Amino acid sequence: MSRYFESLMVMLGREPSKPQQFTQAADTIHALKRVEKVDWVAHKEHARAHRAQGKPWRNRRWAFLIGINLLFVVSFWLDIQILEGALTASRLLGFHLIDVNSALQVMLAHKHIIVNLLIGTGTVVALWFLFGGRTFCSWVCPYHLVAEWAEKLHLYLADKKIVSDHTFNRGVRTVLWLVFAVLAWVTGYTVFETLSPTGILSRALIYGPGLALGWVALLLAFEIFYSRRGWCRYVCPIGLTYGFVGVFSPVRIKYELSNCFHEGDCRKVCEVPHVLEIVKKGRASDAIMDTGADCTRCGACVDVCPSGALKFDIKGLSKLL
Amino acid sequence: MSTEKPKPTHPLVNKRKLEDRRRFLRTLALAGTAIGIPLLGLTPMARGWETRMRPPGALDEKDFLSSCIKCGQCVQVCPVQAIKLDDIAQGFGIGVPYIDSRSQACDFSCDAVQCILACPTGALTYHKPAFLAVRPGAKMAQPPVLLAKEKDPEPTLNLAERTGLAVLARPDSCLARQGKGFKGAARGAEFKGTMRFIEVNRWKPIPLRDHPFDVEVCDLCVRTCPIKGAISLDSVADKDGKMVKSPVVHEPCVGCGVCEMVCPTEPASIVVEARKTWGAA
Repeated sequence: MSRYFESLMVMLGREPSKPQQFTQAADTIHALKRVEKVDWVAHKEHARAHRAQGKPWRNRRWAFLIGINLLFVVSFWLDIQILEGALTASRLLGFHLIDVNSALQVMLAHKHIIVNLLIGTGTVVALWFLFGGRTFCSWVCPYHLVAEWAEKLHLYLADKKIVSDHTFNRGVRTVLWLVFAVLAWVTGYTVFETLSPTGILSRALIYGPGLALGWVALLLAFEIFYSRRGWCRYVCPIGLTYGFVGVFSPVRIKYELSNCFHEGDCRKVCEVPHVLEIVKKGRASDAIMDTGADCTRCGACVDVCPSGALKFDIKGLSKLL
Repeated sequence: MSTEKPKPTHPLVNKRKLEDRRRFLRTLALAGTAIGIPLLGLTPMARGWETRMRPPGALDEKDFLSSCIKCGQCVQVCPVQAIKLDDIAQGFGIGVPYIDSRSQACDFSCDAVQCILACPTGALTYHKPAFLAVRPGAKMAQPPVLLAKEKDPEPTLNLAERTGLAVLARPDSCLARQGKGFKGAARGAEFKGTMRFIEVNRWKPIPLRDHPFDVEVCDLCVRTCPIKGAISLDSVADKDGKMVKSPVVHEPCVGCGVCEMVCPTEPASIVVEARKTWGAA
């Protein structure tokens, strides 16, 4: 339980802390790692030699993300009516699906909840509870995809010493989440929707482009030239909302301490590196851990991990099988 | 001999502290920007919203903006594509549906006000929740009868309030009042708007340009009106006291905008005023 609490607090902005207690299993592995260095190096060489190449999870994820957004587009343009609406609210073969953050904004602003709104939101909460909360971000959100491309450009420019990453206190996202909730309640307008790049991009894809894309371009420029993944890391309340949904999700990135060489490749590619604090040497409190609520389950760490320490996992399923 | 070290002439700059301070200020600026920019959405409101014609069944403007989830499902079900979504220039109205009657009016081709059925949040609704007031004159005296299904067992539209009201805004340009007829396509050969004509096809809207008219005295607004008893061509006295034929709007008018779309004069002589109520000046 305390581990869930810890992951929640880290998502809300607290810096990850060094664990006070270790399980027996973790202690043993940590000790082993300190003692038998030569062997570990040999293991490492071996694992590297057998490392899977390519980025299978990124490819699967991009295919899924593009596919689902295309499904929205063709449902309207070809009138096949499979997935109608936009990401803020839609209908899959007639069943209501409503984005949790948009629903929250509407409920707070309008102060009246009709049954369809409740059903659609409940369905989406259940769905992302199962699949991992912020999985929405990396597997569905169209802004996430363009932000990934912007990130590539940012890293290229940073490498050339043209730009540098400016970090912020991550707690600001929690504050903004609260402010947007209060603003919706007080003003009676869905204030955040005005600048939600997720909604803007989704509607632009389905209903055609507009001026609002200029705002998305500004956000991308901010991320390219000033702060790496700035919007997703420090601002977006949608991410935090889905983070709450996924605190207890069974779909997770599993970290196996004994397989880890603590090289830190995973933290370099991660959108939310604070969830990978556990991979630092001496920081894992158990032999097997998961990455926690703020993890978007994008699988970038799984793709780069040279030793198979990070893997996709469904909690409980491995026990059943 | 003293063992004391000489004091440094400059206090050491604590780089970490300095960076922490910068980071704090950056974070503050980020928070301010992220809150300030969406609040700019209030500005078009301060200037007075562009009065938008909302789809049928829309709550009153303020409630409509707060309850609309900006998904466009109403856009997708409209058989004549009358509904469009607003852009960021409308502030909080971004992604909110509206109808530009002059380019494509709602002609109830769907028979059942499909957009209301599609709305997931109740922004478009058959039944207004009790805590929301109904403006006097907005409520329809009777459920409006849709001429297209007049002979059906259930001929009415499930529409409790009007979205607006037709007004003869430019009586001087009205062809009927000048005693003029009209021949040809109502809005010319280039016009892309579509409409359902029961006598052509009960179920499928056709381009307006494919349905030319030939009338001795122009009564296009009256003959295309989809609602029973909403408008008629009557003899009225003009400003000089001379009796002329003129379109007269009656209480059953729901404000659908078909008359504004088909009016052959440029600009339209008859227009729909969004949110206007029956009996209001």
